[in-house]
Amino acid sequence: MTGFATDLFANFWVSLAAKLALVATMIPLIGMVIGFAEMKLSAKMQSRIGPYFAGGRWGWAQLIADGVKFFQKEDLIPEDADRPVFKSAPILVLVGTVALFVVIPFGPGLIFRDLSVGIFYALAISSISTIGVLMAGWSSANKYSLMGGLRAAGQLIAYELPLVLAVVGSVIMAGTLSMSGIVEAQIAAGYPFVILQVVGFAIFMIAALAELTRIPFDMPIAESELVMGYLTEYSGFRFLFFFLAEFANMFTMSAIAVTLFLGGYWLPGIPESVLVFAGPVILIGKVAILSFVMIWFRWTFPRFREDQLQTLAWKWLIPIALANIVITAIFKVLF
Amino acid sequence: MSPYFESYLTVGAFAGLGAVLVLGMLGIAAVLRPTNPTSAKKMTYECGVDPVGSGWSQTYVRYYVFGLLFVIFEVEAVFIFPWAIILERLGVFGLVEMMIFIFILVLGLVYAIRKGVLEWE
Repeated sequence: MTGFATDLFANFWVSLAAKLALVATMIPLIGMVIGFAEMKLSAKMQSRIGPYFAGGRWGWAQLIADGVKFFQKEDLIPEDADRPVFKSAPILVLVGTVALFVVIPFGPGLIFRDLSVGIFYALAISSISTIGVLMAGWSSANKYSLMGGLRAAGQLIAYELPLVLAVVGSVIMAGTLSMSGIVEAQIAAGYPFVILQVVGFAIFMIAALAELTRIPFDMPIAESELVMGYLTEYSGFRFLFFFLAEFANMFTMSAIAVTLFLGGYWLPGIPESVLVFAGPVILIGKVAILSFVMIWFRWTFPRFREDQLQTLAWKWLIPIALANIVITAIFKVLF
Repeated sequence: MSPYFESYLTVGAFAGLGAVLVLGMLGIAAVLRPTNPTSAKKMTYECGVDPVGSGWSQTYVRYYVFGLLFVIFEVEAVFIFPWAIILERLGVFGLVEMMIFIFILVLGLVYAIRKGVLEWE
């Protein structure tokens, strides 16, 4: 029986179908868990109770109730909107999100597909959602959406560079682009790369926050001046998909940061034989910590102004990231 | 099937899943949701008042130069990656070569800053 099961999953198509089913369950689940954590933690930080009634205790079913509610919402598309573009924008955003899951290593061998260009692929795919955001902003034919979309585009291209350059430090140390290869390099070295790549890690997290357009980098959807930015005209399920993508992207960005800098599915002192089982738990634990920090930041820092955003990216983060590459390279070659 | 082709297929299938998720869920919701669009509902949102002019009004895209700089830097960042992988084999030669490359990059950035194109006024 086990032999039959192994043979079955050795078949490429069967395993692909299983992977797709797994990721299709994971994404809504991640969205709900992080979304609920954000609600409850925000409430805690503001001395509120937060969701309380749905599901009885702690309001744990709040997001399930929200999801059911969204099912019943009318699908409104404004008269002036560019319909094909308006409709395909959420698809493009979610395509980028789902495709990112391919290269996240959950344990030794536990990866959807170990692409040899791993991290490079992840960085390339993560910029697809930028196009989706710009499409959403432009097609709505709404002044707030247009402003939000343009701001988003300006911010996302500015922070794309520090994000890409911050990764290079870890790549130099690992000598590979493969995501599981980077984790194995950290296991072989015996320490997570963050110890020597503190600067790279900090820049990566700042840039990742900006790429997610989360506070303090939420100029594109600044509620107090742009209503909801590029999301203003979206309602019902299409609106929900943007949020699902945001929460799933919080997970993938944290997971990439964990893999590159924090040792991925590995913890010092854990024997390699149990990593197959302990790996996913360790990875998700680390991702939870980083996601908590992102939510924490939201209630700690005020929003950056647009010129401050651009100054931070171009005049500070990019030069520092380049200096980090140079210093890492010198240490790698000479020591 | 070669592993190379399988990798492409996996990526394609995952990307396809993203589209299927959106379309499938919208399809299911289509059965449940009401459809009653009125002209007031389909109006462009502008804080409750009737919209003034077209939504695609002329705006000043301030970061045109930022966009150009981005393209230049992004292409150069792509060159850094292959170098980063084989740095250990290239040794001091590779290090010096890339120092010169990054120095020129920084020179360009400093020039842009000194020219004032990165000011947001």
